[in-house]
Amino acid sequence: MFEKLVKWSRKKSPWIFHVSAGSCNNCDIERFGILLKGSPRHADILVVTGIVNRQAAPRVRRVYEQTPDPKLVVALGNCAVSGGIFKNGYNMVGPVDKVIPVDVYVMGCPPRPQAIIDGIVEAIKKYEVIKV
Amino acid sequence: MKRECTIIPMGPFHPALAEPEFFKLSVKGEKIIDVEIRIGYNHRGIEKLAEGLTYNQCIFLVERVCGICSNIHPLCFAQAVEEIAGVEVPDRAKYIRTVIAELERIHSHFLWLGLAGHIIGFDTLLMWAWKARELVLDIFETVTGNRQSYAMNAIGGVRRDLKKEHISKILKTMDEAERATKRFIKAISGDPVTLSRLKGVGVLSNEDAKKYCVVGPVARASGLKIDIRKDYPYAAYDEMDFDIPVRRDGDALAKTEVRLEELLQSIRIIRQAVDALPNGDIKCEVKEMPEGEGLSRGEAPRGEDLHYVVSNGSNMPERVKIRAPTFMNLPSIKPQLIGNTIADALIIIGAIDPCFCCTDRLTVVDVKENREKIMSSDELLQRSRKKSSADHRGS
Repeated sequence: MFEKLVKWSRKKSPWIFHVSAGSCNNCDIERFGILLKGSPRHADILVVTGIVNRQAAPRVRRVYEQTPDPKLVVALGNCAVSGGIFKNGYNMVGPVDKVIPVDVYVMGCPPRPQAIIDGIVEAIKKYEVIKV
Repeated sequence: MKRECTIIPMGPFHPALAEPEFFKLSVKGEKIIDVEIRIGYNHRGIEKLAEGLTYNQCIFLVERVCGICSNIHPLCFAQAVEEIAGVEVPDRAKYIRTVIAELERIHSHFLWLGLAGHIIGFDTLLMWAWKARELVLDIFETVTGNRQSYAMNAIGGVRRDLKKEHISKILKTMDEAERATKRFIKAISGDPVTLSRLKGVGVLSNEDAKKYCVVGPVARASGLKIDIRKDYPYAAYDEMDFDIPVRRDGDALAKTEVRLEELLQSIRIIRQAVDALPNGDIKCEVKEMPEGEGLSRGEAPRGEDLHYVVSNGSNMPERVKIRAPTFMNLPSIKPQLIGNTIADALIIIGAIDPCFCCTDRLTVVDVKENREKIMSSDELLQRSRKKSSADHRGS
């Protein structure tokens, strides 16, 4: 019963923190109806955009550690998923899954708002399988 | 003995800033007495990457310098390469470039207006402005197939033509955008709360504006009448009739007013450009790349954007240098912030419309400099801690 309640509440209101780790702002993230939070400590889902460069990588790792369990990570945009055109750049540590574990990948340069929402919904579905 | 000041770190992942940047505010009570800016969280090595790509691939790369000004960067790059190649772009392409550049300015200023409203707690303005912005993004999607990163520019012209149905859609949207802008002007000038949050906040004096070499709307709000579109016309701007809005106060309100008036001017330019759209080709062929160098400037929504390209005669550039507008505007937040309160810090930073993905094009040397800065700030912190512990013992 308790488990069901927790799962339900997690699914119904995911709180999101956006980590922009060297992105070009193209992935217009601000337009989903899910609550964006100001602190990773309050977040359920981390949305990471950008290539994760040398300077940002330790910070991204720290933000990931600050996020309470169970946490999900969505890598948003071609840069975050594969490095995109910046793949061979000297300042690149990423893609994101080299730095922190990623649950959902959203492709596109930039991804359409619908794709972003779809990615978040995919992430929410994962709460079904996460144990309380 | 009292501790000299409190240090408040802001960032790099700060909820109010969409991009990663780090500000270290030294405050005394509520008053900001010093600021330290640290950028580099967005550095992707674009200039170096460009050296390993062909000119046509570079267009794709420089488009990703910034998602919001994703037209002006390829436009400037293409102009610099065209200068080296010595080709004359067809008139129709010049006009289409102008239309797209002004549409970009409209969407960028609406975006900024919404963010500024959000920062000062005027969320209705955010919703309104972004609704209006969505109309412009719809045009982009119809004309170019993408909401942002339009891939319109090519070396020697543009990649897609403006069709008749596009033009009627653009004109219809411009009417709506004009109505929206006029409503925003009324909403801001008639709201005492908004006025009190913007007026006299973050003043950049005319002398400071000259000293810090600011560009774009920030310069124009401090009484400097500079605009690349008028001073060094590119694309079809020399045939357009438009005004440059200038304010003297240099505060956040002046910056807002300048941007709002620029919206109306942009709408005016687009109407003229689509009316007078000449017939003909949209692209000319570049047959050979000679050795040489090209410099091109353009007025991005945030100010002057500069691209410098060196060619060694091969199909790849030997060196690409990009100077984005925020690189010039960012240091100027120091005189703007000092003396203001922490509560105003965000709107002051927001008022210059910073774009860090544009700015973070530092060289390795700069990174080293940054490191030194960290050291010194660490020392500063330690010193202040030592001092406070000494105070503690003394008391």
